[in-house]
Amino acid sequence: MKNPFFSSLAEFARGRDERRFSIEEVTRYFLSRTEALNPSLNVCLSINQNAVNRARQIDARLVRNKADSPFTGYPVMIKDNLEMEGYPTTCASRILSGYVSRRTATAVARLLSHGVVVLGKTNLDEFAMGSSTENSAFGPTRNPWNPSRVPGGSSGGSAAAVAAGLAPLSLGSDTGGSIRQPAAFCGVLGVKPTYGRISRSGLVAFSSSLDQIGPFAGSGADALEALVAMAGKDPLDMTTVDRDPAEMRSEYQSTEIGGVRIGIPEALFGEGLDDSIRERLRNLRDSLSGEGAREVSVTLPHSRYGINVYYLVATSEASSNLSRFDGVRYGFRVKNPADLRSMYEETRDQGFGDEVKRRILLGTFALSAGYQDAFYRKARKVQALIRRDFLEAFRQCDMILTPTSPTPPFAFGEKTGDPLSMYLSDVYTITANLAGLPALSVPVGVDSHGLPVGAHLIGPPWSEGRLLRMADRIAGLYPMPLPEVHAGHVDGLSEGGRR
Amino acid sequence: MNLSKADVLHVARLSALALTEAEADRMTGEISAILNYVEGLSVVDISEPGQDGAALSPTLLATDTPAPSLSTEVALAGAPDHSGSFFRVPRILEEGR
Repeated sequence: MKNPFFSSLAEFARGRDERRFSIEEVTRYFLSRTEALNPSLNVCLSINQNAVNRARQIDARLVRNKADSPFTGYPVMIKDNLEMEGYPTTCASRILSGYVSRRTATAVARLLSHGVVVLGKTNLDEFAMGSSTENSAFGPTRNPWNPSRVPGGSSGGSAAAVAAGLAPLSLGSDTGGSIRQPAAFCGVLGVKPTYGRISRSGLVAFSSSLDQIGPFAGSGADALEALVAMAGKDPLDMTTVDRDPAEMRSEYQSTEIGGVRIGIPEALFGEGLDDSIRERLRNLRDSLSGEGAREVSVTLPHSRYGINVYYLVATSEASSNLSRFDGVRYGFRVKNPADLRSMYEETRDQGFGDEVKRRILLGTFALSAGYQDAFYRKARKVQALIRRDFLEAFRQCDMILTPTSPTPPFAFGEKTGDPLSMYLSDVYTITANLAGLPALSVPVGVDSHGLPVGAHLIGPPWSEGRLLRMADRIAGLYPMPLPEVHAGHVDGLSEGGRR
Repeated sequence: MNLSKADVLHVARLSALALTEAEADRMTGEISAILNYVEGLSVVDISEPGQDGAALSPTLLATDTPAPSLSTEVALAGAPDHSGSFFRVPRILEEGR
């Protein structure tokens, strides 16, 4: 549902500057909507009790000084694997119970320095491992379009927050599709930037060579401003690249839809794709041709190995990154362990959920003596081929169009018994992470069951501005309403998945 | 590639994870199924010389600049157990491994 104050960041900034509303009013509106809907949707794991105070402080400052950023006073939610000093960060895991962050993620700090008000921290699959938000230790998030369906994952809470109108902007993280797939499932825009565009400092690491932070927003223009605010070199993350974030704005402004060459990897529109999604994308392709965009046939011969590569590279890195959770320095520890070794082993067994344990075991195996060459090293070499395919394709086209997800939002429990079928949810999104490329999902209407469908655009490195311009054109062709969500809409379901 | 339960328990030990019997049984089947799927990679020809991995830009090393680190108090603030300025853990000397 649209909020009563503004429908874009620019309109928010105008309304604020013309004093049509106060920041406190806006903050209270979103907080009370969250309070009303969170019991049924389970979007937020924690609400910022200091949000109204911060809003008041901003209002007081605005009496004396004009706002220096469109974001001054803008409400946002952040995924609960992003650190904010003085606030809990759970990663939706029991192993981080009681943990309070001692620092603020660079991306969050930069938005805060622009004056945003963080309303709360959103639900996710434990340590961002999953495609449905069902792997949360605090119960699943419900899809605002249909509470019997998953919101996607792992950033399901952040996607659902924007879709349900609990915040106009949220942050997620994307390692294999964790922003784009939930964006498609919840009918909102979600962007994964180029690897190195935004600092990962303060994002709890899952797979460091693939993780990127990105926004969910109501429009490409709003997402663009969020990216510009967060991007740029950060001494705390040596993989960040020293490029001017404003290049995204210039490219957004200079991109003309007429004449854009859209690469179509026809093989990805074939077997395994839901008919109703194929039909929506056919419609989109015709519309874009009508706008003067030109389709170019491209091939990505190694993309079919994306899932294979991902579940070796990402799990290997995860097995190393998650070794820090051992019950010694923070978080959960088992009571009365017999000795040190059993303290580590039992803390981790009880603290981590099944999917996290599965991935740690798989990654440890892929890196273990005797298997490293056949698994991890081979995967890294195929990863290089996947990336090369993309760079060759981008010699002939400006961006590539694929589905975001092979299926519409699925029902709770539908894939939890079969990890591999859950992994295949990311078949279209995973290669952009493996190749380090920017990509987004933009809604293109609903399928025959009234569930949102997303189109996935992948661009060459650093082409976020171009992709966002196209996303806004697509949004113009397929105006996407937000679903009507009412408190009590999903009564009796909210406690179902808690453990 | 099918792992045996003993393989899974070995990897679990390397991972510092105490799996219950039921977990080990279940994970043996699940991880074998995933490995059988990812082994599809074996048919890919990687004989062509190419870079290992896929970094967009080389990762630079940070310059080694001295700066203050966490204070003991802050570092211990989230510890499940501590004593004075130390993290407290179960005795290790009698472990005998």
